[in-house]
Amino acid sequence: MEHIRAPNSLELGPGMKDRHPITHHPSPITPPSHHPVTPSPAVAMRGISKRFGSVVANDRVDFEASWGEVHALVGENGAGKSTLMSILAGLYRPDSGEVEIDGAPARLRSPRDAIARGIGMVYQHFMLVEPFTVTENVVLGEQRSGVDLELGRVERELAGLSEKYGLGIDPRARIWQLSVGEQQRVEILRLLYLGARILVFDEPTAVLTPQEARSLLQTLRGMAAQGFSVVFISHKLDEVLEVADRISVLRRGEIVATTRPAETDRRTLARLMVGRELAEVVEQPASEPHEPVAQGDAVLEVRGLYALGEKGLPALRGIDLDVRTGETLGIAGVAGNGQRELAETVTGLRSVTDGSLRIDGKELTNRPAAEIARAGVAHIPEDRLATGLIGGMDLSENAILRGYARPPLCSGPFLASKAVASFTDRLIADHDVKTPGRWAKLRTLSGGNQQKLLLGRELAGEPRLIVAVHPTRGVDVGATEAIHQALRDQRARGAAILLISEDLDELLALSDRIVVLFDGRVMGAMPASGADPEEIGLLMAGIGNRESEVGTRV
Amino acid sequence: MLCIAGLKNWSGASANRATEASPLRSDKQASRSAHDSRLTTHDSPCRLSVLPSRRLDMTDILTPAFLISVLAAAVAAGTAILFACLGELITERAGVLNLGIEGIMLVGALSGAGACIWSGSAWVGAVVALAAGASMAAVHALLCVGLRANQVVSGLALTIFGAGLSAFLGRDIVGVPPPSAFRRIDIPVLAEIPVLGRILFQQSALVYISIALVVFLWWYIYRTRAGLRLRAIGERPEAADAMGIDVARLRALYVIAGGALAGLGGAAISLGTNPGWTEGMTAGRGWIAVALVIFAAWNPARAAVGAYLFGGVEAGQFRLQTAGVDISPFFLNMLPYLFTILVLVLSTREATRRLLGAPAALGRAYVREDRG
Amino acid sequence: MSSRSAISPSRRLRIERVPSPSRSATAVVSALSFVLALLCGGIILFLAGENPIQIYGSMFSGALGDWNGVAETLVKTTPLLLAGLGVAVAFRMQLWNIGAEGQLYLGAIFATGVALFLIPGAPGWVMVPIIVVASLLGGGLWGLIPGALRAWFGASEIITSLMLNYVAILFSEYLVHGPWRDPQAFGFPGTPSLPASAWLPNWGATRVHLGLFFGLIAALVLWVMLRRTRWGYEIGVMGENPRAALYAGMPTKRTIVLVMALSGALAGLAGMSEVAGIGHQLQRNLSPGYGYAAIIVAWLARLHPLGAVLVAFLLAALTVGGDQIQMSLGLPAAIAPMLQGTILFFLLGGDVLTRYRITRVPGT
Repeated sequence: MEHIRAPNSLELGPGMKDRHPITHHPSPITPPSHHPVTPSPAVAMRGISKRFGSVVANDRVDFEASWGEVHALVGENGAGKSTLMSILAGLYRPDSGEVEIDGAPARLRSPRDAIARGIGMVYQHFMLVEPFTVTENVVLGEQRSGVDLELGRVERELAGLSEKYGLGIDPRARIWQLSVGEQQRVEILRLLYLGARILVFDEPTAVLTPQEARSLLQTLRGMAAQGFSVVFISHKLDEVLEVADRISVLRRGEIVATTRPAETDRRTLARLMVGRELAEVVEQPASEPHEPVAQGDAVLEVRGLYALGEKGLPALRGIDLDVRTGETLGIAGVAGNGQRELAETVTGLRSVTDGSLRIDGKELTNRPAAEIARAGVAHIPEDRLATGLIGGMDLSENAILRGYARPPLCSGPFLASKAVASFTDRLIADHDVKTPGRWAKLRTLSGGNQQKLLLGRELAGEPRLIVAVHPTRGVDVGATEAIHQALRDQRARGAAILLISEDLDELLALSDRIVVLFDGRVMGAMPASGADPEEIGLLMAGIGNRESEVGTRV
Repeated sequence: MLCIAGLKNWSGASANRATEASPLRSDKQASRSAHDSRLTTHDSPCRLSVLPSRRLDMTDILTPAFLISVLAAAVAAGTAILFACLGELITERAGVLNLGIEGIMLVGALSGAGACIWSGSAWVGAVVALAAGASMAAVHALLCVGLRANQVVSGLALTIFGAGLSAFLGRDIVGVPPPSAFRRIDIPVLAEIPVLGRILFQQSALVYISIALVVFLWWYIYRTRAGLRLRAIGERPEAADAMGIDVARLRALYVIAGGALAGLGGAAISLGTNPGWTEGMTAGRGWIAVALVIFAAWNPARAAVGAYLFGGVEAGQFRLQTAGVDISPFFLNMLPYLFTILVLVLSTREATRRLLGAPAALGRAYVREDRG
Repeated sequence: MSSRSAISPSRRLRIERVPSPSRSATAVVSALSFVLALLCGGIILFLAGENPIQIYGSMFSGALGDWNGVAETLVKTTPLLLAGLGVAVAFRMQLWNIGAEGQLYLGAIFATGVALFLIPGAPGWVMVPIIVVASLLGGGLWGLIPGALRAWFGASEIITSLMLNYVAILFSEYLVHGPWRDPQAFGFPGTPSLPASAWLPNWGATRVHLGLFFGLIAALVLWVMLRRTRWGYEIGVMGENPRAALYAGMPTKRTIVLVMALSGALAGLAGMSEVAGIGHQLQRNLSPGYGYAAIIVAWLARLHPLGAVLVAFLLAALTVGGDQIQMSLGLPAAIAPMLQGTILFFLLGGDVLTRYRITRVPGT
């Protein structure tokens, strides 16, 4: 295994050639108990089944991970990857099946048991308490009785660990002050401190810039080299092929294959994941020629836009951008750099503290959301169930959320129930929403079907501008295709689209131009065709010649 | 009459009885008699020694001795609210809202008085009140933590139930004076300190316990491992769970502990400031305690400040009445409630709320399997 | 089921969420919670040394045993229904208005003031509509205050509306002891009798009065409003998902204030109907806690206006029964609220059976 040195990755000292590379360190890390003579696997899960209500998340899954390997677990959204690993982390109890850790049967009844057995998981949504400091978050996981917090001792040890492994974390920092990448390193630091030997990462690169992601992958390799067992959940096949020793594919709760990178390729893996051939997953989307559409006048004009974020701190600091008819403008950036606030100010959900917002030349700065919607703005929000839909209401009540106050859906103060019914049925039919009927509660639908209903509703009025935020997050491949196609059709029809996504491939596939946000400012802009993901990644990390961008209208 | 949730006004039932008994008197006389009847039952240490029998004017009110006596009375009167407020505070810190504090206090007041009459010891009363409060809160814990019921409605149910239960079970001991109560104990040396000694160290044992509790809880919440876990389960239960902390068990525990403190708060009235049991005698103090938690920004030390502030309003209100200030006692009695609204509005403006740091998961049931 | 296993889903029994509870299950749980509460209350009574069977028997015969009882139950149904409807409409929007008691008092105060001092000589067909409007305004104002404080300052309407109960009751006591006291009443607190034109007509020889009709109309109007109108839809969306309401551009703050005002207005109407229909004067202890029982009415009716009619009748029977045992057995009427609280406990606990399914997990 090659020796890796990279900033922000594990600095592997000479110890890595030892079997127990970090025993000399004063931290409570237990060295991986790697016995070359009796190579019992680090993790052996046998016949694991787990059901949520009527949904089978895992169906008699067998899974093994060895010491010193990176084992990738790939699969579509909802294939059961996270569930399987949550069982390993003690968060869920399987309905049936057994887990062995290092050859010994393990009863993982709670995360406490899992931590005690040296299993640590970095969740997709970090499990950190935001107002706490790094040290307090670590102490929270210590399985230690006693009264005193011993913050001083832990702080010193963490500082040592952080320096030793080049994680660059200040133990006194509060979590909410840290960037997403730093928070992830806090999670890793915590697992190292708590003595985890089996490390599970749930889609760790989804929130990182390409450079950060690469650095993290090197860290994972480095950990494996030291004898840790690393399980890596992803659906990004390139990463998986690059970093994994073994790859297991989950589909609909079942392991359909376990293979090695040398024995497979993107196309095969994609087919295994989805169960059928899919052009889009396989092709490099960026290379796909984007058919040009005649672009017209600016629909959205944003000038010098400032807005505050949730914590009352500035989240947007002087954004300038235009989106023209027939144009898709992609917004790239690491989560938390102003994307959410941009979408919310443009749609009228967040107030503008300075600057202006025009739609079709009409001044709409700080106008109510309803007025902006009437100006022809559709909004596919970041978190559908939290913002755009009402889980506890039925489909027709969800379908009319935009148009209930205008005929034909209402007459006078009353709702027009016949018109509501036919409108809902048309949406269901046109957008292939799978449901028992319009009276079904929205919550009973799958994520993809919810999103299709929302998309149908938002596109129903032939909007001038579509603000789409992570439109395919958490939906299956089939629905993703449908949603992408719908956005392409809208662009062809002449709509202006503001597309915000953390998935660079999606942005490159759908956009005409890409704008990179960093720290509430526009870091750079470029045409999507021929855009260099490397360059975008650097801009996402805030590295770039910002001066040259200032004042440049994009 | 079916009396729910402290329909009696602040001055308690005694004022009403007095007014009924002498319907022909003017309001001022009525208020005077309300106060007199208080005098006969009022057993707090900081009594009206400075109040002469003649009418006072403003110059009398502004004497230092008078102000000190008001402050001492504020501490005595605020103690019941303080216990309840601390109880709600740890409950909310754990992420659970308990609106049943008023009902728990009533049951605590009744069981404290009842146990004292039965045993002859105020201490037995206090312990029984703790237990009664804990068992009331256990119902809330079962419903809200165990069965994930609506916390608001469960709390309201607790208040309605507690008011009815205490009124029913207490029917035979209404107005029976308990054989013992928490009386003034001067702490040697400290009681001699000028001003401060009079205010803080010539009080009852319950007052000292409450002050010790404030210090203890402050230390516990901010300086211990258990306190760190408490803050974590109220702030981000998912993270606490992933770190191996049994969120449901801890939440239930803190709800029950908080209920015990609220029960003791009830006993602090029925065995302290207003010995004996009368229906609805908490008169909304439980609700004020809930409001005060917001004012306190979930910090025990600030809770003490708030509770004494309200104790001051209560104490000052009686003194104003006796001083013959020309305001109807009914309006003076409104003061604590109006003051609560004012405090609430000032302390919950959206911006301040963020700075104060309410537990982020407050009122949200934690369901591990819903997350997946 | 033990609470332990319920608390921790990782033990032998597991609670699973059911996407949408069935209507029949909901109804069964409501009925069952009523029965179980009576059972549980019976145990408390038994432990307190009373004879629960005798008490329940006495309560039942007092409330429903003869036509007088039924009529008296209908009399109590009126304020419970009106205030319960008010609470239900606010709860629909997740506005926890527990100030119905104070709003009821304000409605009564406004109606009394108008009838006694503003238009004492008006004929019935002028008087009754005007005092109805006055009570709606009074209760509405008292509901609007916590609504406005919530909308613009974010202050919890739970606390503010409850605090205003005490203020309203003290204010009414001030009036009946002071400026509005009947000089001919030998100092007894209470206003003079309302002019006869303000008395709500009775049904035959019973005390059942026009207020019940107001309540039934209000239930019907609310039902149509919530189901069929744009405003009702907005209230539903804001209650289920406030963010979605913002997203759809609904005027959230204005609706909060209006719904709280509507909620208070209905409670105010209850206060008017007590004054103009029963006592014919404003007096102390006008309401024995109708405003609090209204919370139970609303929740037990699942916030459904038509359901509230039935539930209000049931709780009224409980209240009349409570009064009955106070008179015949000398027991405190507080048994009624105790039972009401217990009903709510069982309802809340029982809901878990409709919203969640409890399954047995094979031990591993």
